[in-house]
Formats: sequence, C-alpha cells, structure tokens
Amino acid sequence: MQTALRTSLPDTELATRANFAPHARVVREERPVQTSGLPLSIRGLRKSYGDNEVLRGIDLHIPAGQFVAIVGKSGCGKSTLLRLIAGLEKFDAGSISLGDAVKPEDIRVMFQEPRLLPWARVLSNVEVGLGRDRASSDAHSRAEKALTEVGLTDKRDQWPSILSGGQKQRVALARALVSRPRVLAFDEPLGALDALTRISMQRLLERVWRDQGFTAILVTHDVAEAVALADRVLVIEEGRIAHDVVVNTARPRQRGSAELAGLEGSILNHLLSADDRT
Amino acid sequence: MSLIDSVSLPRSLRLPRVDGLVQWIVPLAIIAIWQVASVTGFVPTRVLPAPSDVLLAGWKLLLSGELARNIWVSFWRASIGFLIGGSIGFAFGLANGLSQLSSKLTDTTLQMVRNVPHLALIPLVILWFGIDESAKLFLVALGVFFPIYLNTLHGIRTVDPQLIEMGRIYGMTDGELFRRVIFPGALPSIVVGIRFALGIMWLTLIVAETIAASSGLGYMAMQAREFMLIDVVVLSILIYALLGKLADSASRVLERLTLSWHPAYWKR
Ligand SMILES: Nc1ncnc2c1ncn2[C@@H]1O[C@H](COP(=O)(O)OP(=O)(O)OP(=O)(O)O)[C@@H](O)[C@H]1O
Ligand SMILES: [Mg+2]
Repeated sequence: MQTALRTSLPDTELATRANFAPHARVVREERPVQTSGLPLSIRGLRKSYGDNEVLRGIDLHIPAGQFVAIVGKSGCGKSTLLRLIAGLEKFDAGSISLGDAVKPEDIRVMFQEPRLLPWARVLSNVEVGLGRDRASSDAHSRAEKALTEVGLTDKRDQWPSILSGGQKQRVALARALVSRPRVLAFDEPLGALDALTRISMQRLLERVWRDQGFTAILVTHDVAEAVALADRVLVIEEGRIAHDVVVNTARPRQRGSAELAGLEGSILNHLLSADDRT
Repeated sequence: MSLIDSVSLPRSLRLPRVDGLVQWIVPLAIIAIWQVASVTGFVPTRVLPAPSDVLLAGWKLLLSGELARNIWVSFWRASIGFLIGGSIGFAFGLANGLSQLSSKLTDTTLQMVRNVPHLALIPLVILWFGIDESAKLFLVALGVFFPIYLNTLHGIRTVDPQLIEMGRIYGMTDGELFRRVIFPGALPSIVVGIRFALGIMWLTLIVAETIAASSGLGYMAMQAREFMLIDVVVLSILIYALLGKLADSASRVLERLTLSWHPAYWKR
C-alpha cells in the first residue's frame, strides 16, 4: 500500500511568508540544476537477523539527486536499510542497484556519532574521507575546501576533543563530502544535537545537498526534520514501506509553516495508528 | 591508572609558578631531619648513616670508578632486558589482539604462565644460566613481558569498533587501518603497560642482582653488607630510587609526546 499526499501552497500562505522573511525568498529551482547523484533502485529487499525478520520486501526507486527521508518506529529497520544501501552488511534476498559502475568513494554514510579520530587533527580527519585519494597531492587542498564548505576553516589544526558536538558533526560532514559522493546516507546525524544547533545543521545539510546535488537518504526520528528537508518521506512499518509521502513545498522552506505542520501531523498519525494496531 | 593521576587540578587549587619546586619540599625536609637525627645521635649510625656519610661514600666510589661501572652494568641489564621482554610482549599483544587464531593458540597458555610469579623462577634460572648475564636478562625480560603484553592486547581489543567501521567505510587498507586507527587507539593502554613494566624492570633487577651477580648495583649493596658498609648499602638503595624516578619521568615524556591529543594530558 502506497499513499501519496500532495499538497500545494495556498496563495495566502505565500503572502504571509513573504512578509515574514522578505530577504529569504530567493527563487531557486526545485532540484539541483545538474545532478551528480546516482539513482537508487531496490527490489524485494529482505534481511533478517536470526528469527527476527527486519526487512520483509522493500521496493523503492529514488531518482538521482532526490532528498529522501526515512521515518518509522524505533527498531523498524531504518538503520538496517541504510547499512544495506551503504554496503556495510549483506542482504538475504532482493537487489540494490545504484546505476552505473560505482566507486566506493561514491557512497558515504554519516552516523549519529561523529566518529572522528581523536588522535588526528581536524584537517587530517577530513582527509580520511578521500578514500584511495588520500595520498594524492591535492588531498590537503580538497580537505580544506570541504572544511570551508561546513564553515570550520579556523579549526583545521585543532584536536577533535575541543570541538562542540555540532562542530564535530560538521567535521564528519566535511569528511563525508570531501570525496564528492553521489549518494550520501545519514543515520540520525543530528539526533544528539540541541534544538538550535540542529536547525543550523539542517540548513547546512540542505545547502550542501543543493550545491552538490548528491542523492540524499536521511534516517530520522524527527518527522518535522523529515518534512523540512526532504522531497519525499518514506514510512517504514513491519519491514515494508507503508507510506510514501511527497513533500512539494518550494524551497527554501519556512520552518513551522502550517503546510509543513499539516504534513508532519498526518505522518505522525500514520506512525501512531500503526502503533495502536500492534 | 595513569589516566587518573594525570587529571589536572582546577586552576585555583594550583600554586602559581612554584609548581616545580613544591614537590621537592617534602624530600628535602626528610633529608634535613635525617641529618639532624644522625648528628645528634638520635639515630645510631649503625642503623642509618647520616646523609652526609652516604654522600661521602658515594663520592669515594665515584672517584674509584666503581660506582659508575656498577650503575652502567645495571642500567645496561635493565634496558636490554626491557627491550627484549617488551618487544616480545608487544609482538604477542599485537598478534593476539589482531588475530583470532593467534589468540586462541597462545592466549590461554600465556595467561597461565602469568600466574607464576617470575621471581619464583630464580632458583631454576640460576640452574639454567648460572649467575651470568643471561640469567638477569631472562628474568627482567620475563617480568616486563606481561604488563606490556596484557596492556597491548587490552588496548587493541578495546579500540572503538565504530572507528574501525568508519575506517573500513572510508576504504582504509589493513595496514592503514592499523596505522591510523588501531595503533593510535591502543596507545594509551600500551603506555600504561610501559609504565608498569618499568617498575617491574627495576624490582626484578634488584632482586636478581642481590641474589646472583658479580657486578651491578645490587651486587654492590650485597658486597657492602658483607663488609658492614651500611653507608654504601643505603647509597645503592637511593640510587635505585633515583633510577626508578628517572624511568618514570622518561615514560611521562613518552606519554606527552605520543598522547598529546588526549585531553587528560593537557595543561600540565
Ligand atoms: N547486528 C545485528 N544483530 C542482530 N540484530 C540486529 C542487528 N542490527 C539490528 N538488529 C535488529 O534489527 C532490528 C532493526 O534494527 P535497526 O537498527 O535497523 O532499527 P532502527 O529502525 O534503526 O531503530 P532506531 O530508530 O532505534 O535506530 C532491531 O530489532 C534490532 O534489534
Ligand atoms: Mg537506527
């Protein structure tokens, strides 16, 4: 069963938004102009741990460059799906295809924990992200560029332990970005951050996604975050994709707008009603 | 262990500037009291000679060249024994930390041997090697082996698996993974092992030289005991203490050099 919720923006809404933040209304395209992203096709994907059937047939197509959010109850298999996509684990049945021949550097994952090497300076941590290109002569300059993108140039020679949680996560983002990945998978990357840092990180994620045009897959507990960032929100229930919700709202999006709140409400309802049934 | 005692005090609790001197107040006071007690005859010199006498004895031995020779011999034994035992312990720690097979093959055996106090082997070692150099080197190496082995193994096994997974995701080869993730992650534990091992190194050497040697500090002390030269006995003990302190300082320098990234080693 797949439901598509499409909502269009009422004119009155547009007007109030324009009054609210006149400078923020830069007209941009819905999708990045030229996408470097890879399309992702998943057919009949199954995965179990012992008797625990976690994924029971996932069918999914993600067009190149789309920003997809995945939500669902805790333990429903979101992380498992992400790990399968990233090739960190083997699946039992089905297929995952990522278009043309992919290099390992094309897919990057970001976790809830930054996973920085405490004994390497910030810049070397970013260089780790270059994969096999680590030894190349432009490694330094590429890492520096990635640090600039996340706004942490001044921290390049610091040890990670002096950074704040949000800064560490930005370094992790720079490390993920430095190889110019074509698919970027996030497993609750902002889960451990405070509300304000979270919002600025969400903006950063959206910006780099727009600039670089990778295909983004974001697992999150926060439905508001999902509707604020994604083109499309997938709800996983009982090992399948139970709902596939398209978010058509133009970007940049107004956080807390009635439209997004409405979408958020209806997705939460799906999640809660599933909870009642069990 | 070393991590706990190196947690720095809050700024307000520290005396500014005199930091380096403060730690010497108590030892100097003890020596002063000791001197006074000896000179006034409160402590008979038969029991404990005055510090000035010990110093004098040291000066004489120094002039005769005996002191330098014995210190050198002991120092040489300690270092070579440490190098041998330490590198074997490190190698086994690496192998068993990295390879399941190696661990299954040898770990149980090593853990069993560990429960034998190595000094209990002295009679056997004397039978095997007599009292020549190899006996002392063997004992020191054996004593040093276990702390380094155990701490290397523990360090490698407790490297954050999430970091290892990260390394793999980012395409590190086995060699790179070891160099960039596993070894640096295990280093704090290895350094703790080295500090323990340095303590054991001196202890073993003192005992071994006291029981079976014809040179070295321990031998010097035993000879002095035979001739009732109590000032030389006390001198040897003090030199052991100094050498022990020196080894400890060396390991602290090592800590600072290799663990500069670790917040516990900052601001000291
Ligand atoms: N390595 C593993 N071995 C055994 N069971 C596992 C393993 N990894 C995950 N599971 C199980 O698979 C199920 C799904 O786990 P997963 O981590 O994908 O959930 P999730 O949706 O990410 O949950 P959360 O939102 O809490 O992160 C859980 O029941 C979990 O216990
Ligand atoms: Mg999860």
